[in-house]
Amino acid sequence: MTPTISATALGRRYRDQVALDDVSLTVEPGTVTGLLGRNGAGKTTLMRIITGQEFPSSGDLRVFGETPAENDEVLARMVFVREEQSYPDFQVRHAIRVASWFYPNWDEDLAQQLLKDFELPPRRRIKRLSRGMRSAVGIVIGLAARADLTLFDEPYAGLDAVARQLFYDRLLAEFAEHPRTILLSTHLIDEVADLLEHVVMLDHGRVVLDAPADEVRGTGMIVNGPYTAVEEFVAGRTVWHRQRLGSRASVTIADPLDLAAQAQARALHLSLEPLSLQQLLVHAAGVSADEKVSA
Amino acid sequence: MPALDEGMPLFVQIAEQLADDIVDGVLAEGARVPSTNELAAFYRINPATAAKGINLLVDEAVLEKRRGIGMFVATGAREQLRASRRKRFAEQYVDPMLAEANRLGIDTDTLVSLIQGPGWHNGGSTP
Repeated sequence: MTPTISATALGRRYRDQVALDDVSLTVEPGTVTGLLGRNGAGKTTLMRIITGQEFPSSGDLRVFGETPAENDEVLARMVFVREEQSYPDFQVRHAIRVASWFYPNWDEDLAQQLLKDFELPPRRRIKRLSRGMRSAVGIVIGLAARADLTLFDEPYAGLDAVARQLFYDRLLAEFAEHPRTILLSTHLIDEVADLLEHVVMLDHGRVVLDAPADEVRGTGMIVNGPYTAVEEFVAGRTVWHRQRLGSRASVTIADPLDLAAQAQARALHLSLEPLSLQQLLVHAAGVSADEKVSA
Repeated sequence: MPALDEGMPLFVQIAEQLADDIVDGVLAEGARVPSTNELAAFYRINPATAAKGINLLVDEAVLEKRRGIGMFVATGAREQLRASRRKRFAEQYVDPMLAEANRLGIDTDTLVSLIQGPGWHNGGSTP
């Protein structure tokens, strides 16, 4: 099957600044992929190239097997919800109506339902909405478009925890009933971790991690216990971080532990604590941009 | 399968939850198992992850697929799960208990009397 997105040695420079450097990745159809990384890592640039709003300086990028820039057929199959999207001086209902003209799979009933769910007043001018409510307008459009490729770039500025949970629940339900390819960039990694099937992490414009979320989760482990026992256990393993308090130590290791290793840890009275996806990515970013973390 | 813990991949945890329900009889043999999408919505996880968990149990013949209808608990699934868990019982529960008892200087006689004492009837459930 043709990948929904495939990037080959993709590069993007602005004068002497490198935004994307040798990025190669594929996003398979019908998956939810998390695009993660710090501010300035290149996430938005990559999404802008995918949606044809920007050209690569080098390399190749294809969406549905074609070049997206100025390709109406490809562009009609995707929706891009940006952080802090700006709108013309519309009422909410007008923004929704205009969006409905653009997307061939638009579901009006769903749009109306989502407006109610997010408590968006249809006749309120978007200018007069709070930041969170403006974000919700983008989310409604992103979901109701039912586009084959749905891109969310930090879609929830100002949304509170309840509204974010609503977004995750609606996203999952929509994805389950009407499968599509979703690329979601976010800082709230632990909130979305369980929704992701695949994880791509950018750091300084390069891909530092590209793996199934399940594999990534089993990767890192914090080993806690008496200093000497911890050191004995981690000898020969890849250590990401060391901490010592008196006679106790806490060491973060990168390797997954098999059952024998886990039994050995128990015998040494060590406690093992898996790293959350977020902690793991913090370490992956620290490992340096030129060393690819294999999961 | 090891006991449920945070370090296990999500799909293994899903399989483990379903297996628990079958062992406890909450999901009877022949009963329909929640669909991938139902599990995804309930646990707030990706449907592909839920499907992987279900497939794990299909591979062990604990669940069976009936085309067009859904996923069902196979005949004999409960006994099969109980047997495989019994095999791991010592390793999972007795060994760690003995290790901790040894660490604390609790001898075997004391351990046996603890097991036979009232704690069992108050805290445990009948086998």
